[in-house]
Formats: sequence, structure tokens, C-alpha cells
Amino acid sequence: MEFLVASSIGILTAGGLYLVLRLRSFPVILGISLLTYAVNVFLFASGRLTVGAPPVLRDGMTTYTDPLPQALVLTAIVISFGMTAVVVMIGLGAFLGSNDDHVDDQPDTPKDEGEGTA
Amino acid sequence: MTHWIIAPVILPALLAPFIVLAARFHIGIQRVYSVVGVVALIGISAGLAWTASDGTIILYQLSDWAAPFGIVLVGDRLSTMMILLTAVLALFVLLYAIGSGWDDRGRHFHALFQFQLMGIMGAFLTGDLFNLFVFFEVLLIASYGLMIHAGGNARLQAGLQYVLFNLIGSTLFLFALGSIYAETGTLNMADLAQRVALIGPEETVGIRIAAVLLLLVFAIKAAVVPLHFWLPSSYAEAPAPVAALFAIMTKVGAYAIIRVYTLIFPPDLDVTMGLHDLWLLPAALVSLAIGMIGVLAAKQLDRLIAFSVIGSMGMVMVSISLFSAAGIAAALYYIVHSTLAGAALFLIADLVRTGRANLDLTPQPPVAGNALTAGMFFAGAIAMAGLPPLSGFLGKLLVLDAAYGTDLVVWIWVIVLGASLISILGFARAGSILFWKAHSDETTGETTEAFEAQAPTPLAYVAVGGLIALLAAYTIFAGQMHSYATTMASQLFAPEPYISTVINTPGKLSKPKEDH
Repeated sequence: MEFLVASSIGILTAGGLYLVLRLRSFPVILGISLLTYAVNVFLFASGRLTVGAPPVLRDGMTTYTDPLPQALVLTAIVISFGMTAVVVMIGLGAFLGSNDDHVDDQPDTPKDEGEGTA
Repeated sequence: MTHWIIAPVILPALLAPFIVLAARFHIGIQRVYSVVGVVALIGISAGLAWTASDGTIILYQLSDWAAPFGIVLVGDRLSTMMILLTAVLALFVLLYAIGSGWDDRGRHFHALFQFQLMGIMGAFLTGDLFNLFVFFEVLLIASYGLMIHAGGNARLQAGLQYVLFNLIGSTLFLFALGSIYAETGTLNMADLAQRVALIGPEETVGIRIAAVLLLLVFAIKAAVVPLHFWLPSSYAEAPAPVAALFAIMTKVGAYAIIRVYTLIFPPDLDVTMGLHDLWLLPAALVSLAIGMIGVLAAKQLDRLIAFSVIGSMGMVMVSISLFSAAGIAAALYYIVHSTLAGAALFLIADLVRTGRANLDLTPQPPVAGNALTAGMFFAGAIAMAGLPPLSGFLGKLLVLDAAYGTDLVVWIWVIVLGASLISILGFARAGSILFWKAHSDETTGETTEAFEAQAPTPLAYVAVGGLIALLAAYTIFAGQMHSYATTMASQLFAPEPYISTVINTPGKLSKPKEDH
């Protein structure tokens, strides 16, 4: 199981990194979501992997899995969902406004277009 | 247990939804609430800074849960000074936003502003790393909104870049936290400090990776070369008051480095061997050089200031990476100075923009209120470039003095002094094109496209003038400020009271009980 989890984190990270290095906004956003999935699994695994044990500390319990990473992962998932929504909206706005989905500074982009007292 | 320490987080957190829900359509009411909120923040922060100034560690356990598992807020000299600086900066930025009408050009400026303050305050006060991440996200998500405030394609594109870069940073932060938790089993800073110190020299691989990842994350926030690419476009395209408020955001990164790398990973551990002097110091020197060369090369005033922010962060990081008490003290002195100077310069750039349609460094007819704006730019540029008599000069002297006696003293002195010279040239060039050549070139004035120059309102001048007056005051009280910075640094290098206060203060017993 360790091998499965580790390799899935690795594959997700590799795919995410490859997509993040693209220059257009859609693949980059997709890459960032892949990276956040990878990091969520990674955080989940950081408390060691235990099978069939509840993340609850209670009197008389002998086997339990570490509950803290699960709390961390919950927070991280919520935050990453929110952030993905924000970046999709901003990316959509940038694309619709200038009909261009490049992420980098394009030398031919007219810089002063939306400036000043816009 | 005093409850005041959570007020800087709670107050904006309550005010922001109130502004959205109740005062959505009334910009006047929003302004009143926002200003009153920030003034109250200044009062609270000043009170906390006063309490902490005698060395007290203010501890707040949320819901009274004890430290390693419960969430804690900790205020020592450093964090209370940073929240006071944030609150003071926020007041002037807010006054400028109101005076220049920026807050009326898009919706929800004041609500986002309050959320941003909440995130910054929380990041300075939190006592564990995961909540540092959470507060980073709070301040970032508010800054995304502020960054694209008032719209426009250029701003949206720069905003997209900014958001994507920061999202990658956040992901990296989570990876760092995961590795730290996997290695030590805790994320509370005080608890970590104890456990990391116990790691023997033969087991340092995992925790060292975590330390490097964490340093990378904070270096992204602090815009240290080679992780500075997001800064120039973002800061240049952001609305001026937002860029001025962002002046504190790079300092959040610097603060996090100071906090984590004095408390958890001090340089004398096996874990962090060579991390500061072999990696951070050269990167800091390069960012100082690149920032100041960018000042000389910039074609627009706003980019010029953005590069000077990179340069001044380089100066701060040089001083931090010395990791001596004198170095940290110099860095702390310089952080306050460069926050105020950077913010003032961004606001001055906006004053220039209201009078001349764009910020290209080409001769154009004089802007409205030329003499006053030019005078303010002059003062801001002197402060930023580090010429006497303003505080940048003293800060630079302190950095040079702290570097004296280290192995790399020649490199540091040459690059710091050379970078200062270049930045002086850059600022002098920009200022003379903007304000002097304007007069010699008045005949061509008719050729610019129809642009209605409007004079800035008095309130805008008051805000910028206030920042410059603060800089002057900071110079006059440099002696007291530096001795306070020295006590701050000595508190950072003797973290035992911090650790024992956080760990040993009793709270609710964490007995095994029902998960909620």
C-alpha cells in the first residue's frame, strides 16, 4: 500500500508540474489542481498509513490512526477548492477580456489598455 | 489570559462581513466603518506592543486548549511590532484610497481590505505552522480580490499570474508542512523547536528537506531571487493603494523566515547547516543587485518602484541571512523603514498618474500639483535609495555594520554599496524625467491624447505626507528604534521563555474524548 500511495503522489506531482510549466492558463490551472490532489494525499499519508483503524481517540481504543493529518487535509481541501474557483474566474476574466489565455507577459500585449482610471 | 491579542484578528473578521452585508450600497458608511476599524486596530496593536515591550510573551489558547494540540496565538516583541506597523500602514493606505476615490472604482474594496488585514494580523500572531498557512491563504485570497479591483485587462492578466504563482507557493507550503509533520509529529512552533533540536546528525535528511521547502515558500512570499518573477507585474498593475498595502506582504515572508529560522531551525543545528550562509545569503545579494538594476532599467515608474521593493527585500534578506543578533536587529529596523518607504512611493506614483495619464518615463507636460508631488517623490526616493538624512541610510549603515567581521564582508559591502549607487542613479533619472524635463518640454504638451488631468484631493496628499512624516519621525527616533530592535533580536535568539510559555501554560486537559 505504501508503494501505491507513494507512486500515486509521485505521478500526480509529475503530471501537475508538467502542466504548470505550460504557458496557457487552462493547463496551468489543471496542473495546479493535480498538484493540490497530490499534496492532499501527501498530507494524509504524513501521519503514517494505518488500515482499518478509526481516527478517534477514545477510552479503551488500542489501534487508531493519527487524526491530525485528517483535520489538516480537510482544511487544505476546502482552501484548495476555493482557490481553484477563484483562479478559474480570474483566468476566465483575463481570457474573455483580452482573447488571449497566455499566462506569461506577452511582449505585444498593449500594456496601457486597462490602466489609469479604468 | 488577556483576550486582547485575538482582537486584531476578530475585529476585521467581523467588520468585513458587516460591510458586505449591511453597507454594500453606501460607500460613505463603508468608509466610516473601515477607518474606525483601522483606528481601533492601531489602538489595540499599540496596547499589545506596549504589553510585550517589557519581554512578556502574550499567549492566547483558543477555547483554552493547551498548546501542542490546541491552536495558540503568541505575541512577543517582534509580532506585536509587526501588527502595529501593519495597522499604521493600513490607516494611511485607507486614507489614500478614500482620498483618491480608488475604493469607489470597484465593489467591496473595504470588505476585502479588512479581510486582508485579518490575514496579515493572523499570520503575525499565530503560534503554529498550519495556521500560518491558513492565514497566508486568508490574506492571499483577499489580495487576489484587491489585485483585480477596478478591473481592466492588463490588471486581470497580471492578477492571473499573481494568483497562479501564489497557488504554487501554497501547494509547496503544504508539502513542506506534510514533511515536517511526518518527521516530527507536530506543527506547533514551540513544540517543533524542542523536537527539531533533538534530531541527531545522522537523521537529518527528511527534516532538512522540510526546512529547505519551507525556506523556498517564504522566499516566494518575500520575492527573493530567483523566486521574484511574480512581483514586478503584479505590483505595477495593482491599484495603487493595494500595491502600497502589499508593501507589508513581502515583509510577511521576511517575518516568517525570521520567526521559523530563529525558533525552529536556528543556524547552529545539523539540520540547517549551510542553509543560511551558503544558500540564502547569495540569493539575497543577487536579489539586491537585480532589484536595483531593475530600478535603473525600468521604463515605467510603477515598475521602477516594484523593482526597488525587490531590492529592499534583498537588503532585508542579506541582513537576516547573517543570522547574528546585530544582523536581525538591522533587518528589523530596515523592514519598518522599507515598508513605509515602499508604500509611500507607490502612492506617489499614483499621484503622478492622476496628472499625466500614464507612468512612462518619458518627458510629458507637468502634472497637476507638480511641486508638491515632486517634493514627495524626492523624499520617498531618498528614503528608498538610502541616502542621508532619511532612515534608509541608517538602515543600510546598520546592515553594513552587522556584516562587518563576517567572512563575506567584502562581497556584502561591494554589492550593498554598488546597488545603492545604481538605485540612486535610477531614481534620479526617473525624477528628473518626470518632474524637470516636463518643464523644458512644455511645447510638446498639446500632443498627448485627450486626457483630463485631475488634481489629487487634499486627503490623498495628507495620506502620502503622513507616510513621509512617519519616515522622518522614524529617522529622528532611530536610536530608540534600533535599541528596541536589538532587544527584539535578543529575545529571538533566546527563545526559551517563548517555548516554555507556549508549552507549559496549562489549558483544558487533552484527555481522550469524543472527536467533534
